[in-house]
Amino acid sequence: MYRSHVLVCGGTGCTSSGSAQIVEKLESEIAKNGLSDEVQVVKTGCFGLCALGPIMIIYPEGTFYSMVKVDDIPEIVSEHLLKGRIVSRLVYDETVTDKGIKSLNDTAFYKKQHRVALRNCGVINPENIEEYIGTGGYEALGKVLTEMTPEEVIQTILDSGLRGRGGGGFPTGMKWKLARNIVPDADQKYVCCNADEGDPGAFMDRSVLEGDPHVVLEAMAIAGYAIGASQGYIYVRAEYPIAVKRLEIAINQAREYGLLGKDIFGTGFDFDIGLRLGAGAFVCGEETALMTSIEGNRGEPRPRPPFPAEKGLFGKPTILNNVETYANIPQIIVNGADWFASMGTEKSKGTKVFALGGKIKNTGLVEIPMGTKLRTIIEEIGGGIPNGKKFKAAQTGGPSGGCIPAEHYDIEIDYDNLIAIGSMMGSGGLIVMDEDNCMVDIAKFFLAFTVDESCGKCTPCRIGTKRLYELLDKVTKGQGTLEDLDKIEDLCYYIKNNSLCGLGQTAPNPVLSTLRYFKDEYIAHVVDKTCPAGVCKDLLKYVIDKDKCKGCTLCAKQCPAGAIEGSVKNPHTIDQSKCIKCGACMEKCKFGAISKK
Amino acid sequence: MKSLEELRAIREKMQGQVGLRDEDDNVTRVVVGMATCGIAAGARPVLNAFVEGVAEKGIGDKVMVTQTGCIGMCKYEPIVEIMEPGKDKVTYIKMTAEKAKEVIDRHLIRGQIVSDYTIS
Repeated sequence: MYRSHVLVCGGTGCTSSGSAQIVEKLESEIAKNGLSDEVQVVKTGCFGLCALGPIMIIYPEGTFYSMVKVDDIPEIVSEHLLKGRIVSRLVYDETVTDKGIKSLNDTAFYKKQHRVALRNCGVINPENIEEYIGTGGYEALGKVLTEMTPEEVIQTILDSGLRGRGGGGFPTGMKWKLARNIVPDADQKYVCCNADEGDPGAFMDRSVLEGDPHVVLEAMAIAGYAIGASQGYIYVRAEYPIAVKRLEIAINQAREYGLLGKDIFGTGFDFDIGLRLGAGAFVCGEETALMTSIEGNRGEPRPRPPFPAEKGLFGKPTILNNVETYANIPQIIVNGADWFASMGTEKSKGTKVFALGGKIKNTGLVEIPMGTKLRTIIEEIGGGIPNGKKFKAAQTGGPSGGCIPAEHYDIEIDYDNLIAIGSMMGSGGLIVMDEDNCMVDIAKFFLAFTVDESCGKCTPCRIGTKRLYELLDKVTKGQGTLEDLDKIEDLCYYIKNNSLCGLGQTAPNPVLSTLRYFKDEYIAHVVDKTCPAGVCKDLLKYVIDKDKCKGCTLCAKQCPAGAIEGSVKNPHTIDQSKCIKCGACMEKCKFGAISKK
Repeated sequence: MKSLEELRAIREKMQGQVGLRDEDDNVTRVVVGMATCGIAAGARPVLNAFVEGVAEKGIGDKVMVTQTGCIGMCKYEPIVEIMEPGKDKVTYIKMTAEKAKEVIDRHLIRGQIVSDYTIS
């Protein structure tokens, strides 16, 4: 029996800031102080507050230590664990109040969150199946197998209103129902999990796999029972090594405990799961390409219909759900459809995980009920935009989505509201932009990604996105014309309407939505040949204000191109023909004499 | 594992463990003074007796055992404070593992303050 638990985040964010070394040091310090029998060190999944990593929570006090360094460990062990004195200089400052330390759940970051899919992330040790069982794990599978018929399971999921969390938002129960009924005499069916999270800036699936891998296994087994499948596959990208390792451990443990394999719970139901690693092609997140890749072929999409529910993996009826979708299933079974449907908006039930990134204080993962306002997510949970800058737009849905401009800052986030304003939920990446971001440049960035990732099978996507990129590049270089803007728009619709799969069909979205809300910025690039945000290098120049310049020569010394001329104590000037616009001079100037225009 | 009963048995065994990580304001807090003075006077066995006793009696969902620094009355260590929601704090002094078991039985389970051990 341990009197104290030290939870250290072992997610990708904190691992890269050194949490593994912290665990090592903790264990050696705890042993040195003779506390090994009293204090347990647990490596958990992601807590969500990645910006403050490495993160450590000590229970039962619930003390939240942030940005912990290896050198801090002896003090934490000898003060907190041995003597019970909280090391206040290391405590997350938001939890420190006049009356002492408040609970993490009362901080702005966690207070408005509602954790369903992430409920165990940062709470349990993902490499120990018994901890998952201790928080109610595999109870849903037991309930389904012993008390419910497959039809009842499907009806529960339908009634809950759960929609696919991978981006499309298709009702999950409907998918299951189709897969169960469409080919009545199928000899084999498959349950697949899409863990090929590829959107730049999205990392919620990774966090679930790393922090709570068993929830995905349990949900897949439930799905297998519901549609009548005995085999599942998880398609996970090889670039997620921690997730892959924990999934392997989890699958082996589940088999050992008889929760995967033959005759589960003695009910005669068989289900097993295999792991397939993706080699990193974005298109393999598309369902038909993903299944083609599992079959061992080159990951390319194929036209639909037939839909996977009818003819999927190896030509058999297949369901494919996203990691986060699965993470909701066991709790819907245990708590009931009504419980789940009581959260969220009319057509979007439950919660959604967002990966906050870009110009925001609390970079990390948040889970909020559907219908939460964008403003609440950014200003309250996210802690606002750093350096007092103004909110300009938020990009949701990654390269398939669009931007939400300031005029829609109060939008209630759900599937349909986002589509209505030309964006989409996507997998849940939320990138915040402030006034220093150029929207044309952003559109170009996302397009560069799709140009790279287009699989090349169909022409509209392969060539269309490339030509679209070239047009945008022309605009950012100040060589565009107003006719080019019309051409851009036409080409966008052409690509959307003619591409084979979701990748091409949604690739122009970032361009269309920035054109819709920030046309003035495009026009500024084309007509005035300026970049209002000061990002596009070809359109800006650095100048020295000769009244403010003291002639200290610091900038001239700093300039890597030798573009700054002038003598000591006399105003300097920048030779525009030599200037490479790196901005190094502006950073160095102590008098604020250099500005970009 | 072949039955739901086995699953529930694991769950119950683990709940005492992971339950420590719940944060609930409505629990009784048992706070053991674990500063240098407390440790020297034998607070560690007292703390462990409380942790084990609470788990054994199955009252872990209502009682949280934690530690604190020096309370300031070093000569009375080991000191244990019991704070029940909505009630006055009770301070036990010169505690031992045996006394801890008695306090669990009488105070934490039956709600009677063991006045022999409290500070006068």
